Amino acid sequence: MTEEKTPVLEIRGLKISFKQYEKGFQQTDLEVIRELDVKVPEGEIVAVVGSSGSGKSLLAHAVLGILPYNASVSGEILYDGEPLTEKRLKKLRGDEIALIPQSTAYLDPLMKTGVQIRKGKNDAASKEKLRRIFREYELKPEVEEQYPFELSGGMTRRIMNATALMGNPRLVIADEPTPGLHISAAKRAMEHFRELADMGAGVLLITHDLELAVETADRIAVFYAGSTIEEAVAGAFRSCETLYHPYSRALWRAMPGNGFVPIPGTQPYAKDMPEGCPFGPRCEKFTEKCRNAVPWKQTKQGRVRCICAEDA
Amino acid sequence: MRTWNRRKTMVFWTVFSLILLIAVAVAGSLCSEAARTTDFSRKNLMPCLQYPFGTDWMGRDMFARTLKGLSLSILIGTLAAVISACIALLLGIGAATLGKRADGLITWIIDLIMGIPHLLLLILICVAAGRGLKGVIIGVAFTHWTSLARLIRAEVLQLKESPYIRIAEKLGKSRWYIAKNHMMPHLVPQFVVGLVLMFPHAILHESSITFLGFGLTSEQPAIGIILAESMQYLVLGKWWLALFPGLALILVVVLFYLLGENLRRLIDPGSAHE
Amino acid sequence: MKQYLLLIGKNMIRMVLLLIAVSIVAFALMTMSPVDPLQANVGQAALGSMSQEQIEKLESYWGVDEPPLKRYLSWAGDFLRGDFGTSLQYRQPVSEVIAVKLGNSLFLMVTAWILSGVLGFVLGVTAGVFHGRWPDKLIKGYSVVISSTPAFWLALLLLMVFGVWLKVLPIGLSVPIGLEAEGVTFLDRLRHAILPAVTLSITGISNIALHTREKMIDIMESDYVLFARARGESTWQIVRRHGLRNVLLPAITLQFASISEIFGGSVLVEQVFSYAGMGQAAVAAGLGSDMPLLMAITIVSALFVFGGNLIANILYGIVDPRIRRGGAGT
Repeated sequence: MTEEKTPVLEIRGLKISFKQYEKGFQQTDLEVIRELDVKVPEGEIVAVVGSSGSGKSLLAHAVLGILPYNASVSGEILYDGEPLTEKRLKKLRGDEIALIPQSTAYLDPLMKTGVQIRKGKNDAASKEKLRRIFREYELKPEVEEQYPFELSGGMTRRIMNATALMGNPRLVIADEPTPGLHISAAKRAMEHFRELADMGAGVLLITHDLELAVETADRIAVFYAGSTIEEAVAGAFRSCETLYHPYSRALWRAMPGNGFVPIPGTQPYAKDMPEGCPFGPRCEKFTEKCRNAVPWKQTKQGRVRCICAEDA
Repeated sequence: MRTWNRRKTMVFWTVFSLILLIAVAVAGSLCSEAARTTDFSRKNLMPCLQYPFGTDWMGRDMFARTLKGLSLSILIGTLAAVISACIALLLGIGAATLGKRADGLITWIIDLIMGIPHLLLLILICVAAGRGLKGVIIGVAFTHWTSLARLIRAEVLQLKESPYIRIAEKLGKSRWYIAKNHMMPHLVPQFVVGLVLMFPHAILHESSITFLGFGLTSEQPAIGIILAESMQYLVLGKWWLALFPGLALILVVVLFYLLGENLRRLIDPGSAHE
Repeated sequence: MKQYLLLIGKNMIRMVLLLIAVSIVAFALMTMSPVDPLQANVGQAALGSMSQEQIEKLESYWGVDEPPLKRYLSWAGDFLRGDFGTSLQYRQPVSEVIAVKLGNSLFLMVTAWILSGVLGFVLGVTAGVFHGRWPDKLIKGYSVVISSTPAFWLALLLLMVFGVWLKVLPIGLSVPIGLEAEGVTFLDRLRHAILPAVTLSITGISNIALHTREKMIDIMESDYVLFARARGESTWQIVRRHGLRNVLLPAITLQFASISEIFGGSVLVEQVFSYAGMGQAAVAAGLGSDMPLLMAITIVSALFVFGGNLIANILYGIVDPRIRRGGAGT
């Protein structure tokens, strides 16, 4: 890490909880995200990797201020070093801050794609801009006149990427952008993110696919059961030795090229989260100390939240 | 600070409406005599302390008549709705499990019943049954089951395809075991809520059909009868004959609705946050 | 397009079959009735004024000598030829009775249909957008109370207020008493139709508003609205661009499905206001065991209901690109 530039997005200690009823009259706060820290510098792709059900999508929704009404958020979300207030957010989202959503369900099924991408704008400049984006993404002009149900999976992805480009994105949040895509199509989608980053935007890539993240991202944050447990440059994830958290290592070993070893046990449900380190119950090196709060430790290429991580 | 959360409030309203409805039904059946007593020394009285709902042209106490009418409506409505809900349960499950042909037939019958305006079909059935109490009960019972049957059919179809029932089948569990342990826990709540939400409709249609003169006689003062009788006196300015019995009926129907809605929300966790 | 036409064709065949089934069910119900229409109406002027031929015909439909199937077939044959029989209550050919009554009712029903449709839609969308806040609570409360109110009681209430108390509108009868039908002006008719039409509209609104509200809530909670919000669209823009577009389809279905309900409501409302329409005729026919008239009213109303469904399906195909362009693309 070189000199500290202000990152486009910095999230510190994000907590998201939901009000819920259990059996009977017990009303509880369900903490889905407990301790999330992530930094997205300009011109870089930062991947947040976690298995499904770890609450990754909520991260995207929290930044964009579109969480459901029964959710409460605490912690800091800084954009350009300043708190991302609702007022700022209202001005920025859709223009400087763009979301690239997960699935076709995020497109209005009854609206033609062209108008939809232009957000209803019909002036010549927007039309021209859209045409340029379409050429870039190798989409035929006719696609503008098609409805979402008429698009193929790959086309839908490109359309959703295109929505981000209609503004002047400085921060792009892509939520699970590759499911159901062929490896070649997925790679192409990733190239588009790289182009965005090269244009100076920060890209926050939310995915369950560590392999893909290693291929494309600059930095990777591993997310487990509501907390970021390790953060490092992408290169560190090419080898098991440069990883420090037992879960990151297990993730690495679960990759197809590295033995495909499944991780025993399951991720704890938000309701019965253990004290201290969330990975404790599944960890071989578990000690009593792991029940206490675990602070960040600097590592060679990043930082980790594990008390038994060697050579800090 | 509120000491009660929403869930508690909902339970409170559910119990409250239930108790009130039962109280009305019981009180009404206890004052049959009072509802029928004529006394020409007190006819056409405006509402007052002694007769809160006034008296009619034969000196009958409108409060007692209204209570009696409500209790009749609640009993008839409940009976008809229970029969109707049972029809819905049988046909809904039948459509979902007895194969394509049965499904087609039942769906067809539902379309058919939906094709005749509700009230007209009620009139037809009442004519066929020779009017009277029997006609009303049969009529309401046979016209209200369609949407609940559709709901149950859809639910069973969905359950049948669900992974855990598939697995139970593969494990060689008997059909009865699957029905009892996997289907019923989902169907029973749906059924109960559907049944309770059917009451308001059943009561409204019961009162409509008696209002039109197809149901009971004036010896059995259902709300529909009371209001039909009041019609010719309204022009003479006897507004209380229609106002209070009608308001009381609305209250009962709203209570049933609240009961059903709260039950639905209590059972369906997804809507607990509303 | 071809698929769409095929779908419409299938719909039409289904509709004809359902209509036939309706006539069979209605006929069976009439046959089941313990009341013999001829016996019930013996000695009444109706029978006296009828020709021998007409009476024989009645007997052949509703008498007890013939097996039901044969009677149904002879009734159906005549019905298809346009001979609906003679009304026992009105002493006129059923077709004439229906023509007059339907004319009267249509005015009421169309007014109520449009008013309740438009207002119900607006209220439903508003409530859905403001889900959980006071406009929603207000609209939902109104709808629940009104849908718990018997239409005839609402009619009585309006009659008491406007007819008896304020004396601004006539109490009943679609035509003033003592006037010949020719002497009735359009304004007179209108005055007499106002209260029934208003009552019908008020009751109709609640159902449409409640259902539209549900759909609107679903839409406002959908992923595409979430995404629109993430792209910086304001609530008003979201409603205009995505909400209305998507709620329109269910609204079409609702609007045409409400025909049946308006028909039912008109039976009650016409009865209270002594408005000489189809609904009142249905009640008179039912109470007086006027089988030929009741049969015809049932079939005409079923025709309206199924016709409404058919139109809704056709419109669906025009409005919904997924049906209109079905099969295109992937």
